[in-house]
Amino acid sequence: MDWALILEWVIKSFILVMVLLTGFAYLTWYERKVLSRMQVRFGPNRAGIFGLLQPIADAVKLIFKEELIPDQAEKILFIIAPIVTVVPAVVITATVPWGPSFQAFGRTINLYIANVDVGVLYVTAIASIAVYGIVLAGWSSNNKYAMLGGLRSTAQMVSYELALGLSFVAVILLAGSMNMIAIVEAQKNMWFAVLQPTGAVVFLIATLAELNRAPFDMPEAEQELTAGYHVEYSGMKFALFFMAEYTKMIAISAISATIFFGGYREFWFLKDTFLSVDKFALLGPVYMFLKIIVLLFGMIWVRATLPRIRYDRLMSFGWKAMLPLSLAVVLVSAVGIVLAQINQYLIYFIPLVSGFLGFVTIGLVDRSLRRKVYEAR
Amino acid sequence: MRLVEPFKELANGLWTTLKMIAEKPVTIQYPEEKRQVSKRFRGRHELKRYDNGLEKCIGCALCAAACPADAIFVESSENTDEERYSPGDRYASTYEINMMRCIYCGFCEDACPTEAIVLGDNYELTFLNRHDAIYNKDMLIDPVPAGVLATPQVTEPGVFTRSVPEMKDPQD
Repeated sequence: MDWALILEWVIKSFILVMVLLTGFAYLTWYERKVLSRMQVRFGPNRAGIFGLLQPIADAVKLIFKEELIPDQAEKILFIIAPIVTVVPAVVITATVPWGPSFQAFGRTINLYIANVDVGVLYVTAIASIAVYGIVLAGWSSNNKYAMLGGLRSTAQMVSYELALGLSFVAVILLAGSMNMIAIVEAQKNMWFAVLQPTGAVVFLIATLAELNRAPFDMPEAEQELTAGYHVEYSGMKFALFFMAEYTKMIAISAISATIFFGGYREFWFLKDTFLSVDKFALLGPVYMFLKIIVLLFGMIWVRATLPRIRYDRLMSFGWKAMLPLSLAVVLVSAVGIVLAQINQYLIYFIPLVSGFLGFVTIGLVDRSLRRKVYEAR
Repeated sequence: MRLVEPFKELANGLWTTLKMIAEKPVTIQYPEEKRQVSKRFRGRHELKRYDNGLEKCIGCALCAAACPADAIFVESSENTDEERYSPGDRYASTYEINMMRCIYCGFCEDACPTEAIVLGDNYELTFLNRHDAIYNKDMLIDPVPAGVLATPQVTEPGVFTRSVPEMKDPQD
């Protein structure tokens, strides 16, 4: 291991962390802008042109705010909790590939931090750590609302992690590898979102729940829990929670882009044209950026549209709809892969059958929501 | 089983929010752009003048009597032909409205026999301390119309003897 390699790693990690942190700041701006336009308002437009300096103003405000620690709080855990939440959100992107390798400065530069063979497993493992931060924050605040928020968040994350993990499994089966780069390269001809649409939808819904975003924002439901697990936090500690949430949004969007939407690869119809990443390695990050922006827009759009779902429905949706559906998705993927060995066109068994299963699930959920309980009595 | 309707409903909801992006925001950018108030809006009071520059207010203090919040304080003094502020015998030498007390009911407007006090369209009433909330006569009175003298004016004797002018019923 030569010093240049270490330097390369340090530079890449530094750039990635900087991109994530400024990305977080501008994601808040992006979200506020999109939300406000959907609500026929202007959104932030006072600080700088189009309000572009608004994140800086917010940061300055938060830094200079007083940090309160409640008297009865568990002080050490109270301080550790935001850090435990924010660190996984930043390190989760380490295995995400941002582009293919290219030659520069007489050496091969890889556009990823770590090429782990169990990249997908790493992502699921790190993503689960964040729940500790939320639970600790809720418990150490010594506040009933915070406690309830933390508990809800654990229950929700544990429930939806199953569906999330199983939709990962479908992708792993299709790609035949857990390596993120192998997964991206396996989508050269067709996105997994096209090949396994139900898996992609299950994944996107489960990520919304994992991120505690609307319509699954039960842990921080403003109307019922005031702010959930971070009621007692102020100043920079609150900013860390905020940062964790938004950095995780970017990270999860990057991961969904990688495993379902072709990652850094060009759109499949641009294959072998001059816009291919094989011709220009640095187009990889550009495609990633575009895909992340679109996925983030989707999240914000859903937030602007859907109301928060009730807690019991959230749980029963997670356990009774998402989990069976994701199990079915895994099964269908496995069968489809076996069938594809007989005839390569039988691979389209997967989108047809899993799409049908998705429709049936939605129909069943719709029916159970419309059933009038009192008529059965 | 309804298979297509749930998607239709979902798509309908998402489309509703998405199409709003193309709509023009309804926000009024306040300091640069001010809201058009209605014709009968009751904002800050204005003390009116006649075309010849004389004040309409005759210092009768009926507004102060009508005021339910006791926000108005009037003190009157004698007019003379050498030093005339308003037609008739008396004028308001002190006229103060406490804007913190005022409830903008417009009763003063109704009580005024000469239509001197009118609630205008100015709603930008902010002050940094309680003392600034008291608006005196200099702040309330309209500027002198162009081409006439400011008050006090020197007038010919026997012209401005009637303090309440001849008026018609209000039209609007």
